[in-house]
Amino acid sequence: MRGITGWGTYLPHRRLDRGEIVKFVGQGGGKGTRTVAGFDEDSTTMAVEAGRRVPGAMAADLLLFATSFPAYADKTNATVAHAALRLAGNTPALDLGQSTRSATGGILLGARSVGTVLVVAADLRTGLPGSAEEAAGGDAAAALLLGDDTPEQPVLAEVLGTASATEEFVDRWRAPGEARTKVWDERFAELTYGRLGQQAWSAALTAAGLAPHQVTAVAVAAPTARIASSMAGRLGVARVVDDLTSTVGSCGAAQPALLLAALLEQAAPGQVLALVSLADGADVMLLRTTDAIAGHSARPTIEEQVAGGAPVAYGKFLAWRGNLDVEPPRRPEPARVSATAAARSQDWKFGFVASRDRETGQVYMPPQRVSADGLRTDAMDASPMADVTGTVATFTVDRVAYSPSPPIVFAVVDFDGGGRLPIELCDCDAGEVFIGMRVELTFRRLSVQDGLPNYFWKARPIRG
Amino acid sequence: MASHGIKDRIAIVGMGCTNFVEHWDKGLDDLIIEASNECFTTAGIGKDDVDAYWLGTAQGGMSGITLARPLQLTGKPVTRVENYCATGSEALRQACHAVASGAYDVAMAVGVEKTKDSGFQGLNAVPVPSDGTGRTLTAAAMFSMVSPAYARRYQVDPAIMRDAMAHIAWKSHRNGARNPRAQFRKEISKETILASPKVAGDLGVFDCAGVADGAAAAIVCRAEDAHRYTDTPLYVKALSFVAGNGSGLTDPNYDYTTFPEITTCAADAYAQAGVVDPASEISMAEVHDCFTITELVLMEDLGFSPRGTAWRDVLDGRYDIDGALPVNPDGGLKSFGHPVGASGLRMMFEAWLQLRNEAPPDRQIPGIGSGRRPLALTHNLGGYPGEMVSFISILGTHLD
Repeated sequence: MRGITGWGTYLPHRRLDRGEIVKFVGQGGGKGTRTVAGFDEDSTTMAVEAGRRVPGAMAADLLLFATSFPAYADKTNATVAHAALRLAGNTPALDLGQSTRSATGGILLGARSVGTVLVVAADLRTGLPGSAEEAAGGDAAAALLLGDDTPEQPVLAEVLGTASATEEFVDRWRAPGEARTKVWDERFAELTYGRLGQQAWSAALTAAGLAPHQVTAVAVAAPTARIASSMAGRLGVARVVDDLTSTVGSCGAAQPALLLAALLEQAAPGQVLALVSLADGADVMLLRTTDAIAGHSARPTIEEQVAGGAPVAYGKFLAWRGNLDVEPPRRPEPARVSATAAARSQDWKFGFVASRDRETGQVYMPPQRVSADGLRTDAMDASPMADVTGTVATFTVDRVAYSPSPPIVFAVVDFDGGGRLPIELCDCDAGEVFIGMRVELTFRRLSVQDGLPNYFWKARPIRG
Repeated sequence: MASHGIKDRIAIVGMGCTNFVEHWDKGLDDLIIEASNECFTTAGIGKDDVDAYWLGTAQGGMSGITLARPLQLTGKPVTRVENYCATGSEALRQACHAVASGAYDVAMAVGVEKTKDSGFQGLNAVPVPSDGTGRTLTAAAMFSMVSPAYARRYQVDPAIMRDAMAHIAWKSHRNGARNPRAQFRKEISKETILASPKVAGDLGVFDCAGVADGAAAAIVCRAEDAHRYTDTPLYVKALSFVAGNGSGLTDPNYDYTTFPEITTCAADAYAQAGVVDPASEISMAEVHDCFTITELVLMEDLGFSPRGTAWRDVLDGRYDIDGALPVNPDGGLKSFGHPVGASGLRMMFEAWLQLRNEAPPDRQIPGIGSGRRPLALTHNLGGYPGEMVSFISILGTHLD
């Protein structure tokens, strides 16, 4: 039996009230909210956060990463996630192509592959100010682990069958490097996706030997909410899961994986679930949940994340996305990261692995080779700290230092079980911070210089 | 193994110091020439009479050529040194040790920094290629973590802490207003200080030292030769230096209420000089007041106030110019700004003026030169809480 053995989702902390858009731009916007990645997040950092939330992800035999907004062209982005998730050195890490369909394709590949496959999809949707794309879009990441049924990693939802329908047509397009996705006549898209969706849906049901009424719940990922609801109405399935467009937005390449995770979160054992993904064709996957899903939870759940978060001003959103030039601090920008120095320190920089003194147990962050008493060299053990929580010992707010989004909120954090690091805080306002506040780590992009993202970890309040 | 010091073996026989301001019309070379020439004049010698030179500059230029070229030194050993914000002090320390070793008869230390050509606010270090995981905070932010920690540990009301810090700024600006070499020459009321906009944490604009260009210089020789050059030399009683190992940043036991590198450095300096009770034996001190809270904590780390009481001594006026132990009578970094390579020597320049009764009358510490054996302490730090370097010198007018 092969199927889904785990999942994890990540919604960024900030939420944009769509009603703010029209007030500022004079057009666009709408009802509800959308998620907004922080200024220090990109598709890779969000993919890492989703991946960290998948139990057993470290044991993956293959990592596949899909996004329509990769941080790097030419260079693989999945290797950053590979390093941050501390996957084995012999585990391949591959980027799938830059389209929404690639994410669905990753899930299909994982289902048909051997071994354990970690599929991570993440996206940031921006568009031009006042556009439908901006209002309807959202930022999110979701990760799925696919593999064979084992006692350690039981299958939670078995893949019953898949089917696809492929055709070449242009309903939307974007030239590489551009922010704006242009669209063709939506009526054309709706009809074409309707036809292809029906084809794939019938084929998948036939392959699995099922009738529509035997499917407990379906999720439809589509380029627009209208296309999704039009498709959903024609499938003959009683329950259609919320496509999250009123709270999260449509998250591009992350959407199919996010909705599949939503299906799984809401499922009970023995149910048949269907994912219908419409993007440059149609892909359908049918699954049956196993008894193992009863005791399984992927925390935090999508519901918990939707309920959390904090507002972001529209002006900040524009500035974070490069759509509004804001006066920077009059301090020099940080130098670009040295690629060779970063390669030497990858266990620390990407994996947040400290060193622990074998003699005294003291944890050194960053890792050091010589003990604090100066007596021993290389008498250390590696000490992974990314999942260790901590407490704010003291903190400050720096209103002068360079930051892509000042001011910097900075704290001295004492980690549970030992170790201290002065570290930048994120996902909080300066006024929220207090001594004794509990924090957890999150993988972030500190800045970008010369096109090179500088990835490292920050701390954020543990909420809820 | 021990730190023996070179007490009473070296004398400072000449000094020079430029104004510390935004020298838009002067370059690094101009500042070097101005401070050096004043220094040569006070010692009554020429550049060829100096056997070896040390140049302290953090970012002004590399190698001894940065000094040899503007002064047109021919065939001389010239060494450029850098040790964070204690760079100027380090130059003097090296010059003194070289003469004490017997390698040279006369040596000169020059400290200089041209900070205002960067176009940016504050001090900015030239970045070393790195893995990008280091802190990028300002010094203000790092030191701003000290005042809340101190107030909590010693149960000082935050409003009283603010008052004590404002008193330090008020006192320094008051002294600086009477110093023609200072950058800021206006008295600032405590109300203005308390109302200034925040830079980092609780630190307002007036809690922070300014930034300026400047240079200072000193000529040293063997103590027994001092009277060839001046009737009023200063004798070096102690030169102490500690480079921290950064453990405060990683050690959960470090509480941001003290600077351990400085207490260690002070103990060494007092041992070298034979000072038993610094609170009563030191006549004046020039300390590294990069931020008001730094000066407050230094009063305890240097042994001038018992732990947890410096805020009260500050408010009582103990460190005012007419107090029991005047601190930063020249106005300090607060009034001078901080040309990194020059500041340590600028502090010594004030000791040079005060101990020789050459400070302007409205700033001269009453009766200091008539004391039996007056001692001046200069203290210079670089880095941040948890990871700093510390320099302390003790200077006197008499041989023991």
